[in-house]
Parts: sequence; structure tokens; C-alpha cells
Amino acid sequence: MTDELPGTDVAGADAHPAAGEPLLRIVGVAKTFGTFRAVDGVSLEIKAGEFFALLGPSGCGKTTLLRMLAGFEAPDEGRILLGGKDIAQALPHQRPINMMFQNYALFPHLSVRDNIAFGLKRANMARADIATRVAEMVALVKLEGLEKRKPDQLSGGQRQRVALARALARRPQLLLLDEPLAALDKKLRESTQVELMELQRRLGMTFIIVTHDQEEAMTMADRIGVMKSGKLAQVASPRELYEAPRSRWIAEFVGDINLFDAESRLRDGHRLVIGTRDAGALVVAEPREPVGEGKFSVAIRPEKVKLSRRGPVAEAGHETAINRLDGVIADVCYLGGTTTYKVKLDTGGMLQASVANTARLDVDAYSLSQHVVAWFTPDDCMVLPS
Amino acid sequence: MPKTARLSRFNIASLALGLAFLYLPILILVIYSFNASRLVTVWGGWSLRWYREFFADRAMIEASWMSLRVAAASATIATLIGTLAAVALSRGERFRGRTLLSGMLYAPLVMPEVITGLSLLLLFVALNAERGFWTVTIAHTTLTMCFVAVVVQSRLGSLDRSLEEAAMDLGCAPVPAFLSVTLPLIAPAIVAGWMLAFTLSLDDLVIASFTTGPGSATLPIRIYSEVRLGVKPEINAICTLVIALIAVVIVIASLASKLSSSRGESAAPL
Amino acid sequence: MSARRIFARPARFAAIAPYVWMLLFFLVPFGFVLKISLSQTAIAQPPYEPVFDLTAGWTAIRSAFAALSLDNFKLIGSDDLYVFAYLRSLTVAVTATALLLLIGYPIAYGMARLPKRWQAVAMVLVIVPFWTSFLIRIYAWINILQHDGLLNQILLALHLVSAPVVWLSTDTAMYVGIVYSYLPFMILPLYATLAKMERALEEAASDLGAPPWQVFWLVTFPLSLPGVGAGVLLCFIPIVGEFVIPDLLAGSNSLMIGQTLWLEFFTNKDWPVASAAAITLLVVLLLPLLLYERLQRRQLEEQ
Repeated sequence: MTDELPGTDVAGADAHPAAGEPLLRIVGVAKTFGTFRAVDGVSLEIKAGEFFALLGPSGCGKTTLLRMLAGFEAPDEGRILLGGKDIAQALPHQRPINMMFQNYALFPHLSVRDNIAFGLKRANMARADIATRVAEMVALVKLEGLEKRKPDQLSGGQRQRVALARALARRPQLLLLDEPLAALDKKLRESTQVELMELQRRLGMTFIIVTHDQEEAMTMADRIGVMKSGKLAQVASPRELYEAPRSRWIAEFVGDINLFDAESRLRDGHRLVIGTRDAGALVVAEPREPVGEGKFSVAIRPEKVKLSRRGPVAEAGHETAINRLDGVIADVCYLGGTTTYKVKLDTGGMLQASVANTARLDVDAYSLSQHVVAWFTPDDCMVLPS
Repeated sequence: MPKTARLSRFNIASLALGLAFLYLPILILVIYSFNASRLVTVWGGWSLRWYREFFADRAMIEASWMSLRVAAASATIATLIGTLAAVALSRGERFRGRTLLSGMLYAPLVMPEVITGLSLLLLFVALNAERGFWTVTIAHTTLTMCFVAVVVQSRLGSLDRSLEEAAMDLGCAPVPAFLSVTLPLIAPAIVAGWMLAFTLSLDDLVIASFTTGPGSATLPIRIYSEVRLGVKPEINAICTLVIALIAVVIVIASLASKLSSSRGESAAPL
Repeated sequence: MSARRIFARPARFAAIAPYVWMLLFFLVPFGFVLKISLSQTAIAQPPYEPVFDLTAGWTAIRSAFAALSLDNFKLIGSDDLYVFAYLRSLTVAVTATALLLLIGYPIAYGMARLPKRWQAVAMVLVIVPFWTSFLIRIYAWINILQHDGLLNQILLALHLVSAPVVWLSTDTAMYVGIVYSYLPFMILPLYATLAKMERALEEAASDLGAPPWQVFWLVTFPLSLPGVGAGVLLCFIPIVGEFVIPDLLAGSNSLMIGQTLWLEFFTNKDWPVASAAAITLLVVLLLPLLLYERLQRRQLEEQ
């Protein structure tokens, strides 16, 4: 990606940073519609070559933020710096940024070829160069032979590819993808996720994707920014987001979780002993960030909970101090690869445990009303402010 | 595919009766226009006699020519201005006087024609304008541009706004984005708007009666004065010709929308 | 949501031409109608005398205002001819609109129930007569309804009547003409709402135990009310001011207001009274017009 398109280098195209260097800096950006504060002071830095996902429920402001990057909305406050230049007030056609639209926004009156060439023609590229670039793009997204088709003669997956090719054709410094896979069915979505990742790595481009699907974000992105009510709640790698969410809300939004409200706490060396109403006293490892004075909860992911008929099975190398809870199976949900059990604890609460089905015959399965022992280590517990 | 809709016998009967009611009178009129007999009700065999009489009737021919010219001119101006109005209303967001503009555009659609006609005449008298071709054309433009605006605005409204955004994202400034993406997509609606304006102008009696001057009667004015005196077979022939002309216009309109739907877009409404 | 602002500025420039045109040829003329309705018939020659002359300065305007008179409106309010004409216009419009709704609804409902492909065909079939000339369609009915017209011939041939029935120049003929001319205006908005309605709603109602007439009355009809409103207004307003149909098909013993206005203007050459009649008609129609305008705008801007 060395040759820049003429006409696209209006804002900051002169110095495309090397991979790993900051490409985009969003500083204190805010946007209000009427009285609704859609984006409320977001600051974020995105490195060149990164695959970044903006994740959040609908109405959290992620799409508005993306539209401000594309230039369809102007921020009320803050700066958007691309390669060091502030582009916050630049119009969409003046930015070296392209977008893949949620419903693709393919021009229905133009063929596949003309859709892909559209942006190139705006850049006053020579005709021969346009033809070469279009052919290159068609090959990239594997649409050979369909160049003359109109969008309504294509399948959903093919349309998605045209939209991608059209957005990539101008070789933007930054590609924005607004829920790019929402219109595809599950199987196609999964294979397309992999293809998008490969493509991004191969081209070494910077992608920002907006999605409400946490699995999609986890699969594809290097880093994820979780948005809530116009603010960035956490920016982290998928693993960190899952294993060390910063708040109770994030923990619940990303994956399933068991939460027990804390009522008291006691320090015990490197551990805390936390009293809960629903699960009795739980031993947890001391969190990295000290627990404040406010309310907090103990959280444990269902797959970290182990079940057995009699009691904790000693595992080599594991700590000896563990949390042990007795209960009765209240609900069984078989999901194929795993089975989710709901355990009614003797202490009163409910505990969800996800158990991998490692054997085909159900010798390990528990049945309703069966008495079980649930256990998990202090390291698997998280302490989250409410 | 979802299961096909179940049509009750009542549904079919009401449809068939309704369509018969709409079409039979016109069909009868067309058939009688080929009647050789002078008595409208007596069938005297097939003949083109009344068509020959029409083409020999100078006053009728002049009125027809006047009507066609007015219709073509007013439809063209109305399409230009009406399309601009539709663009302003659907893309202009909030601007001062927007409510007034939309009010002025929707009101003539249902305003009794006697009022529109009278008010325009008083304006022309006050301006001391010579009444004739141009006054009728202006009057018809005023009426029909509202229809054009509604037709085009409804197409613009149903158009996916992200298409324009995609064009801008790909390097178009706002106005070129509109011209290269939006305009081709609303073209069928603009064509339909022109056709509608043309036929409405061709059809109008009341407004034309108010705004025209002596010696420049339009076809409907002529037909009206003849009809008041009773049924004449020649009128059947003229009416059939007008229907044929409008049929041609409709065929062109539907071909245009077919063409655009083969260009990958749903057919324009109306 | 608006990126929309980016387009707003050029779009506002587009508003200039239609704005100027409609101000000049739609709004300003109403000022003239108002002005002339307030001037006096006696001095209104050659057909009227301008009530004021802006070039003559302030005193002239003041004296002109003093000369304004409500005589024309008083005449319209006191003369039975006008009062009856207004009442008749309203009666005819209400009756005709009710008839249109009664006839148009089953047709629109039948259209909405057709398979998708046929719906488009049916819609074209309903629209096409709307494109053919209004005057021609009325004329077609004169052919049928006249003394020795087709209808009487058929009735005589079938021995349903012994002598030709007088159809023309009756209210019946007028209602037939009005229903015939305005039927597409009633059907199309009705069809639009009925076609958009989710079929599952009716199915749910019958699944929950409603017999067909209740399904219609409790679910279909209430949901189609926006279409009913649009259709009713679209027919009612122009019918009140209708001129051609009553003039050609109804008898001449009782006139509608559109005819009276026409008569005052073209036959009696009394422009001030004609203008006053137009203003009164406009006042009568103001409420339905405002309703219609709101409905129309909401519909277009919902999309």
C-alpha cells in the first residue's frame, strides 16, 4: 500500500505511519442530538494495522462515533486526528477513509464493476489504472465473472463482497465497517469473519468495525472498545475484556457470568474473604486494582465452575484453597459441545456452571434434583464494582 | 414463499364489479365513436366518419393544438420546479418557511379548482397580463408542479439515504453525489411526474376557463361547450383520440419504469 | 439522525424557485381574491375597481380601508341562493364521500388480498382511468344516461321498465358521476394502508376466536383508519367545490357553490360576489384542508 490515490490525500495522507504507530487519535469527542448525548467525551488511539472493534448495545453511540470518523456527522466537541491532522470538520469526500455500510449501500443502477470503480473515478484516476485496480479488487474478493451484474442479481454474500471491494478500492488509510455481517446468515457470517481477518492481515490495513455481536468482536478484533451510553467503558484485548472486565456491566454484556453481591470483606494475606448472602463466604485473589469503598460483587464465569458428585477433585499444581458450594441441579441445558447446569445452592443463590461434554456417552451428566458440589479457585473469581 | 392470500368470493366479486364500473363507460364511448349513425344510440355499423369530421373541424383542431402546447410547456416547467421543491423538502432539513412551502404545495392538490382558477385570473387581471397561452400555462404549472413534487418526494423519501452517503464516502461532493447517484434513481419518478402533469393539464377545464382569453380556447373548453348543447358523435371521436394519446403516454411511462427496474430498482409507484 | 446537514444547504437553494413561484402564483392571488371580495359591486367596473392603490401613499390607503365593505359577505349570508348552495354542497359532499367509502373499501380490500404480482396489475388498472380525462369520463356517462341512452335501452329490452326513465339532470346521475370520477382517489389510499397491514394480525385475531366480521371490524378496519382519513379528505374537499359534474349531470333547480361561483363570475360578471363566495368556500374547507395537509405531510415524511 505505497501508492496513494491522487485526490484522496486531502487530510493527512502524506505520512502514513508504519504498523504499530498511532494512526488515528480521537480526543474528547462528543456529539449531541437535541438533548440526547449520543457520544459523550470519547478518547481513543488506534494504531496502524490494527483491527479494532467498537462493541456495544444498540443506542450506545458506536455508530455515531463511526459516522463522525467517516465525516457524516461533525463532532460538537473534541478532535479527530488522522496521521496528525485534525479531520473533525472535513467533509466525507475529503477524507482518506472509506466505509462499508451496514446495508452495503450498493448503487442499484450501476454494475459490480461500476460500483467498485465509482470512488476511483472521483479521484480522477486514469482509465487504464481504474480497470487494473477494479480487476485487482474483483480478484481480491473472489467475484470474477460477476463484474457486469447489477446488485439485485447478486446473493447477500456477493453483495457484501462488492461493498468491501468498493470501499477498499481507493486504498483508504482507514476502513470503517458498520455491522458488515449483520445481514448474513450464521454459517456465512462465520466464514466471512475469518476471510475479513485474513484480508486485513494480508493488506496490513487498519480496520474499525462496529458491531453489537460480542462473539464477532472477540473473533476478529485485536482490541475491543466497549461503549455504553456514549462513553467508552473499557478498551482491551478480547481476552482481557472477558477475563478482567472493568465493571459488572461489561462482565454481563460480554459472555455469561455468576454474580454475588458482597456484604462484608476480610483480608487474609494475598486473599480476600468476601461474605455474600447468596453464596456464603468466598475466597478471592486480591484484585489488581484495590476495591474501593463502594458496593461490589464477586463474579465467576460459568466455565470456571467445576462440578462433581462428592467434592473437589485435587488437581496437580492447583492451589489448595478453593471455594466449595453444595447444591442441587435445578436446570439442565444441553448445548452440544457444552452443557449448562443451574445449581440451586444450599446457601440460597443460583450458580451457573458450564461443563464441556468430553465424552459421547453421558456418564458424566447430572440430572435434575441431583445433589452436586460446585467448586472454583480464588484466582478464577473477579471482584467487580457495581 | 408465504402461502398465497386467500381470496373470498366477496373479494373477487367486489374487484370485478369495481373494475367493470371503472372501464365499461369508457369502453362504450370508444365503441360509439366508430358508429356510422348520427343517432348516438342506434348502431349504424363501423365507420370513421366522426374522426373525419373532427379533422375537418378547424376550431377543434386549433383547440387541440393549444391544449397540447399548454400541456407540454406546463408539464416541463412543473417538472423542473416540482422536482426542485421535492428535493428541498426531502433533503433540506429544517429551513425557515419550510412549513409554508409544503403547505403551499399540498393545498392545491385538493383545493377546489374554481378557487384556484378565480384567484389566478384576478392576479392576471391585476398584472394586466394578456390572457392566452402563457396565462393558462402558468396556471397549469402552478397546479401540476404540486403533483410532481409529491410523486418525486415520495420516491426520494423511500430512497436509502446511505446511497448518497456512500457516494460522498467514495469522494463525491454533496451536489455531484446527488447528480451521480440520486438523480438516476429518481429519474422514473420524474418521468412519471411529467406524464402526470401533462395529462392533468390536458384534462383541465375549470382553471383553463378562468385563465384563458377570448380566441384561445383549450380542447376541454371546446368539448364542454359542445357537450352542454347535447351529445354529438364527433365528441366521442375526440374523446377516443384523447384516450389513445393518454394510453400512449401511460405505455411510455410504464416502459420507462420497466427500464429502470431492469436497471436494478423497484418500479416507481405511479 | 443527520449527516443530512451536509445536503441541507444545496437543498435549500433548490427551494428558492418553487418558493417564489408558489408565493407569486398561489399565495398572492388569494390576497387579490380577498381584496376584491371586499370591494363594492357598484364601483366594481369594468368588472371591479381596485380597492386601493399602493402608489398613492398612506392617506390613499387609509381612505381605501375605510371604503372596504363586507356587503358582499352580507349578501352571501342573507341570500337564500347562496346559503342553500353551501348547504347543498356540503350535503352532496358528505353523501358522495360516504358512498365512495362504501364502494371503494371492498375494492381496495379485494386488491390488498390479491397475490403480490396481481396487486401491481390491479393498482395500474385503478390508476389508468384517473389518467384519462375527467371531462371525458363524465361525458361517457351522458352517453349512457341520456333519454335514449344505453341504460334505458337495456332496461326497456329487459322489460324492467315500460317507458324510458329520466336519468340525466337528476341527483342520481350526479352521484354516479361523482363516485365514478373520485373512486380512484378513495381506493388508492385505502389500498396503500391495507396492503401494508400485516396479514398475521388478522390471522391472530381469527386464531383467538374472532369470526370473520369481527376480525374485520375489530382489527382490519381500525388499522385502516389512516387510509380512510386520507381517502375521505381527498374526496370530500374537491367535491364540495365541484363544478363540472353537477353542471353536466344534475338538474339546474338547485346549485352547488362551485356552480354559483361560476355563474356569478361568467354570467353575472359580478367578480366581487364571486370572490366573496370563493373566500367563504375556503373558510368552510379550512379545517378539512388543514387536516389533509397534516396527514399528507406526516405520510411523506414518515418514510
